[in-house]
Amino acid sequence: MKNILLALLLAPLTVLAASGGPRLDRSPHDPRDLTSVQSGARTYVNYCIGCHSLQYMRYDSLTELGLSEAQVKDNLMFTADKVGEPMKGPLDAKAAKVWFGVVPPDLSVIARVRGADWLYTYLRTFYRDPKSATGWNNAVFPNVAMPHALWTLQGERGLEEKTHKLTELSKGSQSATEYDATVRDLVNFLVYASEPAAARRKAIGIAVLFALGVLFIFAYLLKKEFWKDVK
Amino acid sequence: MASRLQALWGWFDTRMPSVAEQWKIHASEYYAPKNFNFWYFFGSLALLVLVIQIVSGIFLTMNYKPDANLAFGSVEYIMRDVPGGWLIRYIHSTGASAFFIVVYLHMFRAMLYGSYREPRELVWIFGVLIYLTLMGEAFFGYLLPWGQMSYWGAQVIVNLFGTVPFIGPDLALWIRGDYVVSDATLNRFFALHVIALPLVLLGLVVAHLLALHDVGSNNPDGVEIKKLKGPDGRPLDGIPFHPYYTVKDLVGAIVFLAIFCLVMFFVPEMGGYFLEHNNFVPADPLKTPEHIAPVWYFTPYYSILRAVPPLFNSQFPGVLAMGIATLILFFLPWLDRSPVKSIRYRGPLYKGWLAAFVVVFLVLGYLGTAPTTVWGQFPVREGSLFDAILDTKDVATWVARVCTVVYFLFFILMPWYTARDRVLPVPERVTV
Repeated sequence: MKNILLALLLAPLTVLAASGGPRLDRSPHDPRDLTSVQSGARTYVNYCIGCHSLQYMRYDSLTELGLSEAQVKDNLMFTADKVGEPMKGPLDAKAAKVWFGVVPPDLSVIARVRGADWLYTYLRTFYRDPKSATGWNNAVFPNVAMPHALWTLQGERGLEEKTHKLTELSKGSQSATEYDATVRDLVNFLVYASEPAAARRKAIGIAVLFALGVLFIFAYLLKKEFWKDVK
Repeated sequence: MASRLQALWGWFDTRMPSVAEQWKIHASEYYAPKNFNFWYFFGSLALLVLVIQIVSGIFLTMNYKPDANLAFGSVEYIMRDVPGGWLIRYIHSTGASAFFIVVYLHMFRAMLYGSYREPRELVWIFGVLIYLTLMGEAFFGYLLPWGQMSYWGAQVIVNLFGTVPFIGPDLALWIRGDYVVSDATLNRFFALHVIALPLVLLGLVVAHLLALHDVGSNNPDGVEIKKLKGPDGRPLDGIPFHPYYTVKDLVGAIVFLAIFCLVMFFVPEMGGYFLEHNNFVPADPLKTPEHIAPVWYFTPYYSILRAVPPLFNSQFPGVLAMGIATLILFFLPWLDRSPVKSIRYRGPLYKGWLAAFVVVFLVLGYLGTAPTTVWGQFPVREGSLFDAILDTKDVATWVARVCTVVYFLFFILMPWYTARDRVLPVPERVTV
């Protein structure tokens, strides 16, 4: 009986783990690695923000990554004049709708929607597809409207019909390992952008739990003292 | 200084003696059984969560914008630009789920020890009303972040009212204030969430506590401590709520807060159960998500809704089943015919049924979070007899159907199996 109950209680977890779709690669990003997040921010403002805004992020919030305002201004700020402004891209939504069929979504909280593993796999599995409008397709997001924005880095790849494997068609400016690292950093940045308070949250959490632990000791002793005479 | 304070209190007390009197009635001279166990923490914890929700809610309201164009962004604004805003928001979102966890355990306690039985029927009825109001409160609140799940969840639930024969479509329109869930819906849900239902909730909590303190608390043995009183008129097995249970509940509250903080600070999304992943996508009336699931605390009833097959192309039977599944709780005090209250002295029949009830409630709850295809399909040969009879081959749907039947049988057969059950003799006084 107990085993059955346990199995029933654990059932949701196994199913969550097995829920459909292509298998995703585990994202190796580390939110504590600020250099990696900074590098991801650089990739983002150079390759992504043209189409995808981060409207809920402000440029000055990048200073929390250990950058000075001047560094942000000189190296990362191409779409705004003041550091307090949101990270909005220049793309006109109506024009984008005509070009791509959909408006490229804002990516402020995309990591909370898709998860890091999905993003890490998605950005590494674009392939050439002559049948699609943009000439690109993706292994985890079939018929995606987005072309491969990082193709100059990764190079072109094609899908082999029989084996369903991605094969190299042309080289990019980065090697496979370098490109994986670029995507890792980019994902790291997107994870950061989706919840900038996450690091602080955990730090405060530890302090609060410690305080509650101390409080518990005193409350427990108080209770014991009062209940001594209850027979 | 001390005498000054005493003088001030004296001045106050002569002008408003009812404060001291109420304190006596509800705390320092409210005699509670001395044998409360683990299960008796959840009443005071529910009160604690209510306070947490009201206070965090007030601060959220200061920065939230109930406007279809601004709502989603204002939540992100709270999460990023408002100092401490993320904390307030996570307190409130974690508190919503915590409220239901605590209330479900509190209700289960009542079922374990027969706390709904005479003379506490009114306590139970006010409790069920609190539970139903809480469901409404949670439902209205869930629309406010204006994400995809907020939007489509509300759409689905409001459409349930649309299945009521004859008046359905007009009823749904009246609730929404528009032909689809829209800005008008958001505004009225906001009003209901921040003022109307909290007021109702507070009133019901007061009624729940007054009714409880009039008849006195039940206990794990299900014996009435008021039957045996000492020469001073106090129940022999009773101890004053204050200070004994205030200090004990303080310990419980700290343990609860530790678990609460563990979730809130380290896994606030709780793997998509407390904050659904899809709700970080802004509401889009033109794009229906592939899989719409309500938040976990509604899923047992959502499962029942999905399990009941439609009749004449109407989903109304399912809606009716879902409604009855919640309303049937009101009748529990009269369905239970056992001569004893507590599970400790009940026989195998009740224990078995209660265990079955818990299992089906959890299974229904889980299935409600998943698509009906989650457990695959029965391997029925095409063109065979079963293929012709079965309306669906989804294993999960059939499991949900069996569970739904068990859920209702637990209540419907209760007068029979509780009256027939073998029971143990109940002691005169509580056991510690």
